[in-house]
Amino acid sequence: METITNVIGFLPALIKATPLTLLLTAVAGIFGLVIGTLVALARLSTRRMLSMPAYVFTFAFRGTPLLVQIYLVYYGLGQVLPGTWVRHSFLWPYLRDGLWYAIFALSLNQAAYNAEVIRGAIKAIPRGQIEAAKSIGMRSSMILRRITLPQALRSCLPVLTGDLIILLKTTSLASTITILEVMGTARMLQRQSLLIFEPLIAAGIIYFTVVFILTRVMNVVEKRLTRYRTAKA
Amino acid sequence: MVATALSVNNIHKSFGSVEVLKGVSFEAKSGDVISLIGSSGSGKSTLLRCINYLETPDEGEITVSGEVIRTVKGKDGKLVAADKRQLEHIRTRLGMVFQSFNLWSHKTILENIIEGPMHVLGMTRKDAIGEAEVLMEKVGITPKRDHYPNQLSGGQQQRAAIARALAMKPDVMLFDEPTSALDPELVNEVLLVIKKLAEEGRTMVMVTHEMSLARDISSEVIFLHKGLVEERGAPSQVMRDPKSARLRQFLQMA
Repeated sequence: METITNVIGFLPALIKATPLTLLLTAVAGIFGLVIGTLVALARLSTRRMLSMPAYVFTFAFRGTPLLVQIYLVYYGLGQVLPGTWVRHSFLWPYLRDGLWYAIFALSLNQAAYNAEVIRGAIKAIPRGQIEAAKSIGMRSSMILRRITLPQALRSCLPVLTGDLIILLKTTSLASTITILEVMGTARMLQRQSLLIFEPLIAAGIIYFTVVFILTRVMNVVEKRLTRYRTAKA
Repeated sequence: MVATALSVNNIHKSFGSVEVLKGVSFEAKSGDVISLIGSSGSGKSTLLRCINYLETPDEGEITVSGEVIRTVKGKDGKLVAADKRQLEHIRTRLGMVFQSFNLWSHKTILENIIEGPMHVLGMTRKDAIGEAEVLMEKVGITPKRDHYPNQLSGGQQQRAAIARALAMKPDVMLFDEPTSALDPELVNEVLLVIKKLAEEGRTMVMVTHEMSLARDISSEVIFLHKGLVEERGAPSQVMRDPKSARLRQFLQMA
C-alpha cells in the first residue's frame, strides 16, 4: 500500500519533467528526419564524394552505442570547444548546458537510422512514377520534392513512427549528462527519497502513457497520409 | 505546307553490347498519326522513349516543333543532353502515355492532372482545375476526380493518364503500348479515347499491338525489325499488301 502511495507521490514531479522529454524527442525527431533524408539522398548519389561520407556516417552512428556517442559529444566537444572562439561567442551560454549536447547526439543517431529506412523507401519507388514526372518536363529537384520524397516518406512512415517511439525512450540516456528529463528526475528522486523502485515505477508509468498516446496519434496521421494505398474503390 | 511537328533522325541506341536501334528516322507532320509496330525486341518502345529522352540516344537527332534537342558527346562517345533546361522545356511539348499508366499513386486523379500545368507551366490552381474538368469530361473520368489511382480500373487509370498528358497541351502525343496492360474488356474504352484524339487532328506517335487501331487511325505505319525500319507506308498499303516477308508473317501472327 505504501509503495503505491509513494509511486503516486512521485508522479507530479515526473509529469513536470515530461515536457523536457517531449522536447528532446521532438527536436531530435525533426532534426533526425531532415538530416536523415539528406543523408539518404547523399547515399543514393552516384557521386562518391557524397555517398562515401554518408555511408561512413550511418555506419559509425549505427555501429556504436548511443551512450558512447553522448559521452563523446558531451565530454569530447565539451573539452574542445572552450579552447576555441566559441568560448567567447554568443553561443557559449547555450553550449554550457548539457541539453544541446544531448540534442546533438540524439539527432545524429536518429538521422543515421532514419537515413537507412528512407534510402530503402526511395529505392522502392517504381521507376514509372519518376518517368511520368520527367515526361511532363519536371526538373529533378521538383521530382524529388513533389513525387519521390512524398511517396518514400509515406511508405516508410510506420517504421519512422517506430523509430520515433524508440527515440522517446532513448532520451532517458540524456539523464547521464545532467539533464533532468523524466529519467533524470527519477534518479534525483531516488537519491532524495532513498527509495530504489518507486521512482522508477513512476517513471515507467509516465513513459508508457506518453508512448501510448504517441502511438495513437501517429496511427491517425498514418491512416490519413496513406489513404491512397488503403482507400477502397 | 503543313509544319513538321516531330522529326526523328538516324537514331542509334545500344544497351551494353546489344544494339537495339541501328539508325531509324521518320517524320510526323502536324496532324499525323504514326504507328510503330513490330515484334518484341524490335526496338519500337526504345525508339519511342528516345523521342523524349527517357532513353538517351547514342547517336541521332530529335526535333520537336522545329527545335532540336541539343546534345554533346560524352566521354564514351555517346550523346548526352547538353542543356537540361532545354530538354525539360521540350518534354513539356511531348505528352507521354505509358503502358503501365504511371499515375502518381499518392495523388488523386484531379491532382495528377493539374500537377504539370500548375508546377511546370505555372498556371494558377483555378485555371488548371478549369481545364482539367474539360479533359476529365472528354476522357470520361469526371466521377473519379477525387479518387486515388489504386481505386480505379486499368482502363480508367489509362484514360486519366491520357488526360494528364493532354493537360500540358503538348504538340505531339507519344503512346507506349497504351492498351497492353489492360484486361481485354477494358481495351475498348481506351481505344475510343485514342481514336477521338486522332479525329481531332492531334499529332501522335504510338507503339501498339492493336493492329485494327493502327489500320484505322494511322497516316503512316512503320514496321521495325531488329532495330531497323523494315517497311513503312500508308496502312492501306502496308497492312493489306506487305512487301516484306517478315511483315507478312508478323501480321498473320497478330
